[in-house]
Amino acid sequence: MASPTKTETQAPNSYRAGPDDHGFFGLYGGRFVAETLMPLILELEQAYEAAKNDAGFQAELRDLLEHYGGRPSPLYFAERLTEHLKGAKIYFKRDELNHTGSHKINNCLGQIQLARRMGKTRIIAETGAGQHGVAVATVCARFGLPCEIYMGATDVARQSPNVARMHMLGAKVNSVTSGAGTLKDSMNEALRDWVTNVRDTYYIIGTAAGPHPYPEMVRDFQSVIGNEVRAQMMEREGRLPDTLVAAIGGGSNAIGLFHPFLDDKSVKIFGVEAAGHGLDVHNGHNASMTGGRPGVLHGNRTYLIQDEDGQILEGHSISAGLDYPGVGPEHSWLKDTGRVSYVPITDKEALTAFQLCAKLEGIIPALEPSHALAYVMKLAPTLPKDDLLVMNMCGRGDKDVFAVAGYLGMKI
Amino acid sequence: MRPETRIDRCFAALKREGRPAFVAFVTAGDPDYETSKTILLGLPEAGADVIEIGMPFSDPMADGPAVQASSLRALKAGQTMKRTLQLVREFRTKDNLTPIILMGYYNPIYVYPSAAFLDEARDSGVDGMIVVDVPPEADEELCLPAMQRGLSFIRLATPTTDDARLPAVLANTSGFVYYVSITGITGAAAPVVSDVRAQVARIKRSTPLPVVVGFGVRTPEQARTLADCADGVVVGSALVETIRTTLGSDGKAGPDTVSSVHRIVHNLASGLRSAAARV
Repeated sequence: MASPTKTETQAPNSYRAGPDDHGFFGLYGGRFVAETLMPLILELEQAYEAAKNDAGFQAELRDLLEHYGGRPSPLYFAERLTEHLKGAKIYFKRDELNHTGSHKINNCLGQIQLARRMGKTRIIAETGAGQHGVAVATVCARFGLPCEIYMGATDVARQSPNVARMHMLGAKVNSVTSGAGTLKDSMNEALRDWVTNVRDTYYIIGTAAGPHPYPEMVRDFQSVIGNEVRAQMMEREGRLPDTLVAAIGGGSNAIGLFHPFLDDKSVKIFGVEAAGHGLDVHNGHNASMTGGRPGVLHGNRTYLIQDEDGQILEGHSISAGLDYPGVGPEHSWLKDTGRVSYVPITDKEALTAFQLCAKLEGIIPALEPSHALAYVMKLAPTLPKDDLLVMNMCGRGDKDVFAVAGYLGMKI
Repeated sequence: MRPETRIDRCFAALKREGRPAFVAFVTAGDPDYETSKTILLGLPEAGADVIEIGMPFSDPMADGPAVQASSLRALKAGQTMKRTLQLVREFRTKDNLTPIILMGYYNPIYVYPSAAFLDEARDSGVDGMIVVDVPPEADEELCLPAMQRGLSFIRLATPTTDDARLPAVLANTSGFVYYVSITGITGAAAPVVSDVRAQVARIKRSTPLPVVVGFGVRTPEQARTLADCADGVVVGSALVETIRTTLGSDGKAGPDTVSSVHRIVHNLASGLRSAAARV
């Protein structure tokens, strides 16, 4: 079939200027939502523009990030892993040490402040691994707002520790049984809730995807990661990093790390997608950019795993947080422009990296950054010893220990 | 002036008769292609003035459980966009009067790709399209190319479409305006009639186009009351739910599947006609 899309071939003046006024990053992004939601999306865009330029909002957010979220997160030199791989000097950005255990809190603190400014009284969210769900439940508890989390039934089963946490934080968790019961289906249900309760409800999307202004807004809230890395690396090494690596589901931790460096041409950037059982296995992976093609879903145009007829496939990943057939639109654009390289990592490779990290560094990573780490294991040995490599350790693996023990056949 | 379409002719005739349109929604290929074709072919005689054919999609975000299940049944039975157009072509060999509106989501059209889909839709005898997730802000993508081919692009207006936004929603709309009677998904809560009346009146002040009401309409009583304040009523979830309840234990069409759908359409449509006769 002929591709219905055009690909940008010319390099832009800046990779950091998007999106345009209509919410597009080149071909990707936009606002593809039902009319019921359009007025709210436009209102949200205005509210976010106002908040972005409001020093009071930004100061309050900085304060929350520091004293509640635990920022800045450390930039840690992974000495033993570096010795083991015999190549690049590997640093971890320790976003797994944040309050709630992942980078998700960065975005949630920003959006809950925005929801309050907009006078919304009820919060909803989708979650895959449950990291975003926990972060949403956390900020809702902190600010006294009722919240409902939509989570696929498959994910409820494989990420049960996070389900318990959400309950304890006072959230209502709705198990979604449609489709494969994973992140895509939970997003469908959250959108259905939103369209029904549009007047009082704020939808905290957890990744840098969805209708404009979400991809931009989530990226901005997550860019604290890359901005800190910039300052920390200057302090530690007196120069910028050479290589960045992050895992990509929807891509919020990755865009947060990448975005501040996009115009630094010397910095090589790698996004790691979930190749599940392997790219050659039909419907067996969720590497939307390496194994999909452009389409429109969940409010934006982006790379999607889909069949010939435009039906979205469920795909597969061992990691609930990467088990999504789409990706944030800015990543799609960064792929087409060639600024970022997107690479696949299988379930098996991620499990190997998970174990290696636990044993060598005493850090149990979540399955999501285990994908990034698996790529570091391939990449680092090919790089010179003075190459400064930063991998975003975007989540801790507490939620995954039972599932991983099961995969490995460990008796606990 | 745009050439008069089947939709325009249909609503003009109904106006002369002094009755509202009964718009029937079914999903293409539900529960299978042949049964779906038989259902469609019998809809006009059962009382449907306009037919909306759902294009099945894996992720129907604006739809409630009944239409979601219907969409999945159709996909499971092998329905594709090509077969949906084929269904319209087959219908048109038997019926060249009843307006056909395709309703669905953007992605399967986008990857078809759009231009080829619009060409084939027009050539198959489609009159109009409702694409839920393409708002007026994206008119160049699909709405304008559809209009250039003589296809009506029918827009949803909703309870959240305020006065500031209404002109944009109406700007490139043709055929009719579909008023979504609730904030919600298809087949969900029952609409509040007084609200719907006020909203439809508001829309009609801004456009000469007919306004039909849908999304929460299930019973003949509801249809009658709502038809009273609009130019037509859409019923969908109740029809595809009827299909579901008549399926065999193997999930295949049962002996009563076709007749049950036609019976409920007949009941709903004759309710509308008798209400109009009383006025």
